Amino acid sequence: MGEESSVKLHGFWASPYAMRAVLALKVKGVEFEYIEEDLFNKSELLLKYNPVHKKVPVLVHNGKPIAESLVILEYIDQVWTDPPHLLPKDPYLRSKHRFWAAFSIPLSETMMRYVVTEGEEQMNAQNELLEKMDVLEQGMKEIFPNGIPSFQEDKPGYLDIVFYSLFGTHEAAEELFGEKFLTVERYPLLVSWVNALKEVPEVQQVTLPIPKVVKTLQFIRQRHLPPKA
Amino acid sequence: MGNKAMLLDFWPSPFGMRTRIALAEKGVKYEYKDEDLSNKSELLLAMNPVHKKIPVFVHNNKPVCESLIIVEYIDEVWSKDKPLLPSDPYLKAQARFWADFADKKVYESGARIWKTKGEEQEKAKKDFIENLTILVQQLGDNPYFGGDTFGYVDVAIIPFYTWFYTFEMAGNFKVEESCPKVIEWAKRCLQRESVKALPDPIKVYDFFLELKKMLGIE
Repeated sequence: MGEESSVKLHGFWASPYAMRAVLALKVKGVEFEYIEEDLFNKSELLLKYNPVHKKVPVLVHNGKPIAESLVILEYIDQVWTDPPHLLPKDPYLRSKHRFWAAFSIPLSETMMRYVVTEGEEQMNAQNELLEKMDVLEQGMKEIFPNGIPSFQEDKPGYLDIVFYSLFGTHEAAEELFGEKFLTVERYPLLVSWVNALKEVPEVQQVTLPIPKVVKTLQFIRQRHLPPKA
Repeated sequence: MGNKAMLLDFWPSPFGMRTRIALAEKGVKYEYKDEDLSNKSELLLAMNPVHKKIPVFVHNNKPVCESLIIVEYIDEVWSKDKPLLPSDPYLKAQARFWADFADKKVYESGARIWKTKGEEQEKAKKDFIENLTILVQQLGDNPYFGGDTFGYVDVAIIPFYTWFYTFEMAGNFKVEESCPKVIEWAKRCLQRESVKALPDPIKVYDFFLELKKMLGIE
């Protein structure tokens, strides 16, 4: 079989979901071709590879497409079996990591609502977000019973990648709305988790500069807010 | 080391049904506990403090939550016989994708049928049939979504069949007319002992009527 495997990743620079896939490939040391998609003018190829959702990321491995970021992460872990492993080996621990990765869905829905609303609606979204983060902080005590590891030895895994895609550029939302929400007083574990991940070279390579994220959030916000009279 | 297994569930829940089917397929002995969702037990709240929902699979006193995560856990622990997920990574990824589609699109649009009226309901019916049609295309010429064998995606979707009658009554339509292939597949699955054990669709509909009354929906 001496064929070289072809790995392509269709992404979008501002998409945290695409970032998950890129980060996983980098952590695993997989050579891949990155294809930037214009989400306002989707390529024929993207529509062919993900006809159901028409979204990024899509991983194309030897011509075969895999869509949905969490599905892609699991696939990467199964195909490239050398360490570092993205998921633990033990079935119970795997179920716990998958559970918390699934929790990222209601969490990001609430984050989105916080970004695109104003007034009382936004205040409610903010409170909901902070409460969900309390739940996450509590949950991570079980995942990291000995505190946050140094990711210098053990590279980031599945759950680290998912979590970082949500919180890695928290400073941007904080700057946009003039209010810190990821505070060390209320979320000591989450704060040390983000900070530890920021030290990892592969993570730095996929992290957007904060001013760019601020502009992105502003753009998303403007598109969703009702036009002013 | 014991092998204690308990399932906290609610009989009409399609998510709970997934876990019942997986456990039956694997021949796992477990204690079944039906929860009163209007009066959740201390145990449920302790085992799933985050969502306070069923199903929860408690294995040797350790809880596993979220139906698809539970099914995968069962497949990984009782891995000798009747694998539910394919071993090939690409086929496994496809199975995960379509189970996710079942939740995001099929279940979501089905639930919208009984939650809405008028124009909104017509859209929900249209979406539901469209999503079912996309889904059954994945069958191709195979008897199951798992190919020749009943697998993860079949487990994920067949519980919704018990709710089809309810959707049909709520939306005044027949799934078989718009999507006969899905009924064909469902009847094939119903030949399995694990699926035969699912609640009768009429009973599910009776429950739904009670639920509507309780929630004060017309």
